[in-house]
Amino acid sequence: MSATSSSDLQAGPARKSAPAVKSRPAAAAVVLVAGLAALAFALALSIAFGAADISLATVWNAVFHYNADLQEHLIIHELRMPRALAGALTGACFAVAGALMQGMTRNPLADSGLLGLNSGAALALALCFAFAPGTPYLVIIVWCFVGAGVAAGIVYGIGSLSKGGLTPVRLVLAGAAVSALFTALSEGVALYFRIGQDLAFWYAGGLAGTKWTQLDAILPWTAVALVLSMMLSRSITLLSLGEEVASGLGLNIGRTRMFALLLVLVLAGTAVSAVGAVAFVGLLIPHVTRYLVGVDYRFIIPCSAVLGALLIVLADIGARMIDPPYESPIGALIALIGVPFFLYLARRERREL
Amino acid sequence: MNADTVLQAERRRRSKVFFMLGILGVLIVAAFLLSMNAGSFRMSPGTVLNTLFGNGTDKEKLVLFEFRLPRISIALLVGAGLALSGCVLQGISRNGLADPGILGINAGSGLVVLMFVAFYPSTDAAPVFALPVLALLGACLTALVIFGMAYKRGEGILPSRLILTGIAIAAAISSATIVLMLRISPEKYQFVATWMAGSIWGSTWTFVLALLPWLIAFGAYIMLKARTLDVFGLGEQTASGLGAPVSKDRTRLLLVAAGLAGACVAVSGGIGFVGLIGPHIARRLVGPRHSALLPTSALCGALLLLIADTISRAMPTASEIPTGIVVAVIGAPYFLYLMARSRA
Repeated sequence: MSATSSSDLQAGPARKSAPAVKSRPAAAAVVLVAGLAALAFALALSIAFGAADISLATVWNAVFHYNADLQEHLIIHELRMPRALAGALTGACFAVAGALMQGMTRNPLADSGLLGLNSGAALALALCFAFAPGTPYLVIIVWCFVGAGVAAGIVYGIGSLSKGGLTPVRLVLAGAAVSALFTALSEGVALYFRIGQDLAFWYAGGLAGTKWTQLDAILPWTAVALVLSMMLSRSITLLSLGEEVASGLGLNIGRTRMFALLLVLVLAGTAVSAVGAVAFVGLLIPHVTRYLVGVDYRFIIPCSAVLGALLIVLADIGARMIDPPYESPIGALIALIGVPFFLYLARRERREL
Repeated sequence: MNADTVLQAERRRRSKVFFMLGILGVLIVAAFLLSMNAGSFRMSPGTVLNTLFGNGTDKEKLVLFEFRLPRISIALLVGAGLALSGCVLQGISRNGLADPGILGINAGSGLVVLMFVAFYPSTDAAPVFALPVLALLGACLTALVIFGMAYKRGEGILPSRLILTGIAIAAAISSATIVLMLRISPEKYQFVATWMAGSIWGSTWTFVLALLPWLIAFGAYIMLKARTLDVFGLGEQTASGLGAPVSKDRTRLLLVAAGLAGACVAVSGGIGFVGLIGPHIARRLVGPRHSALLPTSALCGALLLLIADTISRAMPTASEIPTGIVVAVIGAPYFLYLMARSRA
């Protein structure tokens, strides 16, 4: 059943004529412009808000006329800017990675976590905490990335080594199995060494303590990957129409798929290693975007990037506001914002996903 | 193809199914005997048989009849129940990623257990007996909320809407869980984390008796509806075109799947993987027809959970490793192997 199920599950967008499934360039333009404006405002707000009250005007000055002698400028430059920017960047990464996965596998339940990335990173993290406590933060990030890469490699390897090659269904199933395996292993390690709660703190996701060095480390990778994703978006749209259609239109399916998976690995891998597994963004944002701008991935991918960035920056502001001076886990905040919206969409949705 | 070859193919398919069921049955008996020996109090296979037929010492009888047999029965029942539930959900939603977790059952029961442990003054023995009841309560509540939100007048419960709603509610519950988990003391954290990873708590005859009727009734109902599930696989329009009362059957089957999974999770903690992987393994063994798929899934699930539980008891570690973890560690590689081999 599985072979047919997931593929005709996604026949929906091409077949039905509900208004939500057309592509809408005008709506996409509106979403992009409004989203970017909102993002800029949210970033400014995020920088202005905190233990030391700073006005928006000061933020403006600190960014464009930086003066290292002023303490406020120093706070903005050293603490708040990297944090806000990292939030925006990782949000864009998660959202685009999710959009790529959903388009490629034609399964609306797919997100970057399905490649085993989150579980691989979690296992690497658990092993770091268990066997080498006190590893510096930057080294842990590298290990998390390695763990995510290993998990994704296994998923991809098993999917493509099997007879008949890498089909979306196989990718999704292999991803679920490998994720379950790695999650179980890290749960085992956590219970055995009694480090579960420490792990949960790290893993619940948070942007606190993001430094420029971290941002410098992830920026080039993610920027390149984001640009490449947009360049690949046309092929993703074709893939989302189904294998036959895509190859009929002259698309090299295997190569596109491999390329897209590599992009997902880089995008989500760096994001997970920087802020922890902020779940739900990769799942939620592409759905919302598809609802707003239609089924063309040339519009979905850039709009997802903007909306994903916006969501995480807002959630981060909320995480600092709810219970100061403590920070609430950002993942919980995202669920708080995302769940009602997602439920609303689910109720309106009439077509088969 | 003429009628003869079709008949022959059908016969061959059927004998293959019986062959698979037979093999699974034999494996379960073997695992059962092995499982009897495993544990901190070692018993040889001879002693086990002796005791089974009533000739053991008091201590042997006690260990076997009061501790091991109920636990093994629970493992078998829970495995079969979760796999059946997963099989039905995957059939209805036509999505291979659907499993009882989508109904929010693991998340809901986990949260209720967590809340109880977090606000209960001490970690005495008392709460342990309340856990299954609370877990069942949490599971049912969550399933009801998800059904309620996915239900729309005139349309019933659409599978796509159910899945989306389930994801959203599960995400909400797990973020509440995270927030709460970060605030409880380390000892309580350890306790709840073990429960959530899935370890078989309710291992007495009472729980076996409580679980059995559900499993038999729901299992029988699901088997009766095997044909309907086949028809669902063809898609909504085709199904109603073939005369299946789609909306009504779907709602009933969903409720049954939820009840089954809820009852299982109540005694076993958050073992999720069996419900996802059991049906898939069965599908690779006997193909997509539900009349064969359902019993094979149930047996696969039972076998998987029994083996996992045996291993988790036999492990020479100070604290028992939760069965749910062992299930994933042995189930996932086997599933990946099956997948790499098969063509579909």
